[in-house]
Amino acid sequence: MAATAARLSVRGAGKRYGDLQAFAEISFDVGRNSIVSIVGPSGCGKTTLLWSMSGLLALTSGQVLLEGSPITGPHPEIGLVFQEANLLPWRNLIQNVLFPFEIKRQTPDRAWIDHLLDRCGLKGFEASSPRELSGGMQQRASIVRALSLRPSVLLMDEPFGALDAFTREDMNRLLEEIFLETQTTIVFITHSIEEAIFLSDRVIVLTRRPGRVLADYAVPFARPRSIATMASREVFDLQNRIKSDIYGQPGPIAQPAQGAVA
Amino acid sequence: MSDAVPSFRKSDAAPVGLAAVSLGGVGARTRREVAIIVLVAVVVIGTVEAYLRLAAVPEYIFPTPSAIVVALVVQFPLILPHLGYTLVSLLSGFFIGASVGLVLAAVVTQKPFVEKVITPYILMLVTTPMLALVPLLILRFGFGYTPRIIAVALAVGPMVMINAATGFRRTDSAKIALARSYGASVLQIFWKIRAPMALPMILVGLMIGSIFGLLTCVGAEMVGGGFGLGNRLTTYSSMINMPEFFAVITLLSMMGIGIYVVFFLIGKKWASWET
Repeated sequence: MAATAARLSVRGAGKRYGDLQAFAEISFDVGRNSIVSIVGPSGCGKTTLLWSMSGLLALTSGQVLLEGSPITGPHPEIGLVFQEANLLPWRNLIQNVLFPFEIKRQTPDRAWIDHLLDRCGLKGFEASSPRELSGGMQQRASIVRALSLRPSVLLMDEPFGALDAFTREDMNRLLEEIFLETQTTIVFITHSIEEAIFLSDRVIVLTRRPGRVLADYAVPFARPRSIATMASREVFDLQNRIKSDIYGQPGPIAQPAQGAVA
Repeated sequence: MSDAVPSFRKSDAAPVGLAAVSLGGVGARTRREVAIIVLVAVVVIGTVEAYLRLAAVPEYIFPTPSAIVVALVVQFPLILPHLGYTLVSLLSGFFIGASVGLVLAAVVTQKPFVEKVITPYILMLVTTPMLALVPLLILRFGFGYTPRIIAVALAVGPMVMINAATGFRRTDSAKIALARSYGASVLQIFWKIRAPMALPMILVGLMIGSIFGLLTCVGAEMVGGGFGLGNRLTTYSSMINMPEFFAVITLLSMMGIGIYVVFFLIGKKWASWET
C-alpha cells in the first residue's frame, strides 16, 4: 500500500436530519492511492456520509478536507459512482460518458475515454442505449463516465449492489485493475464484507445509527489479489472479525443486507 | 382521394392509441399484416356500402361510402380553402396555448406550494368545455379568427400544462445529483435532466391537447363565422348535402389521425427510451 499522505480527511463529521442523527463524530483519513471501504449496518448513514464527502450534501458538523482544503460543494477532483448505474436513459452510452464534459463545457479527452471504454469492454457499444446494455455493462459505463475527467478521488456508493454474484466478481477485478493503472484514491461503500476485503487497503466499520467509526482494519495483502489470497486463513479471520463487529452490536435485530452474509 | 376511404378504419383505431397514450409499439408491418389490414378495411366499407344500398337507406340519412368519396373528390376544390382556415385557427391557438402551458408547467413545478395553489384552477380549465365560451368570445371579438384562436388556446393550454407538470414533477434525485456533482447550474439541470425526463409526458400533453384543440376549433366554427370546416358542416347539413357533410367529417378525422401520427413519430424519435 502506497499511502504516503492523506488525500482525503474526514474530521468530526456529523449529519442530523431534524431529530434524527444519521452519523456523528466520524473521523478518518484516506491515504493517497489507496482504496478504503466503509461497511456497516443498514441505515448507519454510509450513503449520506459519501454524498457529504463529494460535496453534494452539507454536513451539520465537522468537515471533509481534500489535500487539506475543505470541501464546500461538488469538486472537479472528486468523481462519484452511484448505486445502480444512474445512466441517463435518453442518451446512448457515449453521450452518457460525455455528459460531464457537456456540463463543464470542456473538450473531452477522446483518447483517454477510448482507452477506458476498451479497458471496460465497452468498445463497439458507444451507440447503444442503456437499456440495451446488461447491468454490469451499465455500471462499467458509469465508471468510465466517472473516470473520464481523471478525478484524483473516486467515491463509490455500493456500485455493484444490484449486480449478480458473478458479474460482481468481474467488476471487483476490473476495479482493482483500473485502480492499479490509474492510482485513483477510492472510497468504496458496500454491504459485502468479502468485496470490501478484496478491494481495500483499509476497511472502516461503522456502528448502528447514529453511525460512528467502530473499527478500522488494515488489509495488508499484495495486489493483484488472487483467489488463493482470498481463500487464506488471514482473510477468513478478518471477515469474521468484521462480521462480529457488525452483528455483535447491541440493539434490535440487525437488518444487514443480504450481501453482508457472504 | 381514394385514400380517404381507409381513413374510416384508421379513425376507429386512433382513440385506442390515445387511450393507451403509448408512444412506442407499432413497429414495421409485415406484408401479411398489411394484406389483412387492407382486407378488413375493404370488407367493413364494402359491408356498409352493400347494406346501405340493399336496405335503400336514403342518402339524406346516411350516404354510401362511394357517394362520400365522390363528394370529397368533386367538392375538394371548394372545401380546400376551408381546410386552410381551420388549420390557421387550430395551429395559432395550439402554439399559443401549448407555449403558455409549457412555460407555466416548467415554472410552477419549481415550487410545490405554488403548484398546489394553482392546480385547482388548471383542473377547472381542463374540465370546462371551452366551446361554451365561444358565443361570449364572438360577442366580444366578432366573427373572425380571434374567438376561435382564443377558444383553441384555452382548450390546449391547460391540457398541455397538466401533463407537462406531471412530467416536470418526475424528479429523479440521483440523476439531478449526478448533474450537480459535475457542478451543473439550475438551468443546465433543467435542460439536461428535467426537460428530457418530462418529454414523454409533454408529448402526451401536446397530442391530447391538439386533439382537444381540433374539437374546439370545429365546434367554434359551427357556432359562428362564415368560414372553416365547422362552418361547412353546418352549411352542408342545413342544405341536407349529406355526402358533402360526410366528406368534411372524413377530412376532419384525417386531420385527427394526422395529428396522432405526427406526435407518434416525434415520440418514437425522441421519447422511445421510455416504453
